[in-house]
Amino acid sequence: MNAYASPVERAWYIGLRVLVGLVLAFLVLPILVIIPLSFNADSFLMYPMSGFSLRWYEDFLTSPAWQQSLKNSLIVSPAATVIAMALGTLASIGLVRSDFPGKTLLMAVLISPMVVPLVIVGVAMYLFFAPLGLTGTYTGLILSHAVLGVPFVITTVTATLQGFDFNMVRAAASLGANPVTAFFRVTLPLVAPGVISGGLFAFATSFDEVVVTLFMASPQQATLPRQMFSGIRENISPTIAAVATILIVLSTLMLITLEWLRRRNERIRGARST
Amino acid sequence: MSTDTLPLDAAPTESVVGLKQRLRRAERRRKLLYGALILPLALFLVIAFIWPIAALLKRSVDNPEVHGALPQTLAVLKHWSGDELPPAEAYAALAGELAAIRGTPELGAAAKRLNRETPGYRSLIMKTARKMPLAEGVDAQGALMTIDSRWSDVDIWLAIKRTGAPYTAFYMLSALDLTIDADGSLSATPPEESIYLDILGRTFWMSLIVAACCLLLGFPVAYLMANLPQDKSNSLMIFVLLPFWTSVLVRVAAWIVLLQNDGLVNQALMALGLTDSPLQLVFNRLGVYIAMVHILLPFMVLPLYSVMKGISPVYMRAAMSLGCPPFKSFWKVYFPQTLPGIGAGTLLVFIICMGYYITPALLGSPKEQMVSYFIAFYTNQTINWGMAAALSAVLLAATLVLYVFYARRLGASQAPAGR
Repeated sequence: MNAYASPVERAWYIGLRVLVGLVLAFLVLPILVIIPLSFNADSFLMYPMSGFSLRWYEDFLTSPAWQQSLKNSLIVSPAATVIAMALGTLASIGLVRSDFPGKTLLMAVLISPMVVPLVIVGVAMYLFFAPLGLTGTYTGLILSHAVLGVPFVITTVTATLQGFDFNMVRAAASLGANPVTAFFRVTLPLVAPGVISGGLFAFATSFDEVVVTLFMASPQQATLPRQMFSGIRENISPTIAAVATILIVLSTLMLITLEWLRRRNERIRGARST
Repeated sequence: MSTDTLPLDAAPTESVVGLKQRLRRAERRRKLLYGALILPLALFLVIAFIWPIAALLKRSVDNPEVHGALPQTLAVLKHWSGDELPPAEAYAALAGELAAIRGTPELGAAAKRLNRETPGYRSLIMKTARKMPLAEGVDAQGALMTIDSRWSDVDIWLAIKRTGAPYTAFYMLSALDLTIDADGSLSATPPEESIYLDILGRTFWMSLIVAACCLLLGFPVAYLMANLPQDKSNSLMIFVLLPFWTSVLVRVAAWIVLLQNDGLVNQALMALGLTDSPLQLVFNRLGVYIAMVHILLPFMVLPLYSVMKGISPVYMRAAMSLGCPPFKSFWKVYFPQTLPGIGAGTLLVFIICMGYYITPALLGSPKEQMVSYFIAFYTNQTINWGMAAALSAVLLAATLVLYVFYARRLGASQAPAGR
């Protein structure tokens, strides 16, 4: 703002910043507020806190139900992510490199799991997988989560591939590399940031998924969000706050990783264009 | 792709033609090869996603209960006009089939289905089936009419014929609060029974409110971020992305903690003297709105920001240098350029909001439940899959229409993931 600003401009300048500050506080404060409560000594989720304690983390780490749900999440999400990443990356390369009528439509179909409301996906998969004996199994749950992760891999990897110079693959081929070698030695290292970002999106989707899990999983496969869902619905305890804090730390780490990948990708591109 | 087959010693003209052809062929082969890379994923999605959804949608018109339970009776009724009582063979066929499936879940399902068409049918079927089988040589028509006089009612037989079709529009019409009367004409469900239009209307209305609130709150944020130096806007972006990446359940839990009767918000309101007793802020419409706006706000800010980032400041400067006052030039010059972002963000938030299930389920009272809740309800609680499928079809149709509009008009590159 310059020194010649009129009072109206000054008010606009300050007012806009105050308003934006309030909205950003609305976005972030609720998430921060729950963190201290996870260290509360007594069992009430409210301020003022009565003292510091790690008992709710201990409860999370020793309760069989929470431990089982953590284990389930650590089985289902990585497996679903690997399937989504493998199939999604291959298909993305195919989508970017090939040309045929109806490609746009196919692309729309491939990212449709992101658009269809989750309850419909959940009910459809439940009714379809139940006669096949796949509901209440890890296989069924992993497959359903992989479906939900695919669109994120597709959108991220195709976006990365748009900036990929396929002459590199030609160069590799002209130097005698077969297509498989060229893929693993040239294409993959260069699009790795995009693939990993897509994988992180797919992982976060699966790790936060509760609606489809409600239909597909039996209590033995209850994932962490599923356990949180029943926890919040029945009796919201500080253990929920402890789990929430752990999840907030996790999502912060993912955010930082993604940002780092994005910068790395920009740097690779920047280096190439100069 | 390999070049080692080029005929280097051929005549020049011939080799040029051949080379072109060969190149074209190689290109085509290459494209096919790359196209094949899509196959595994396409196959996976068809089996694990498209097919289940298609099967679900088919259930909305499926009508297997009576069709499967009473095939012979229906075969006899096929040639029956419906003006008078059905022929004696129909009574005999019904008696025989009821005897055959007595006590099986099949009979229960058929009775339940008939009951939806004509209340009281379930007890009629069950009562009749209990008296089966009839003794050898007894006249089935007389016997059935003795068991229950309703078997001499033409409408009761018409109901079997109507529900006996392999497909039905019953569920789809019910989802829109329409019914087919006994004489086959379409009419609105009586007000005391019609609930679905209300639910659909509520779903649209709540999504609209949430989208509007997100726009009001998101616009200034995106505007400021787009007009700040890159390093500053990057650090503001963290405030948008951190909630975006935080689990929805964590945010729902946080809002319950904040908004409960002795939560921080009520404590603050009472300390400021704005209220004497705690306000009911959660487990009602207000709580659902607050949490939904919080969850969906990043989906509004991100597309708005990316559009505003691309608006050159030159136009505003030009307008102002030509004497247009700042606010007028904002409204006349800057704002129209943000319309694609506003459209994208609002539609995106609206589409996501329409399908929401967890947030209203955890933060709302029964009056806040949207279509998704009733789809889950009919699947899990009352096992009325036809109704669940019909509501799914309506919700899916609304979502896809809006999504196609979004993708066509505003570019599919703005994926719902935001980034």
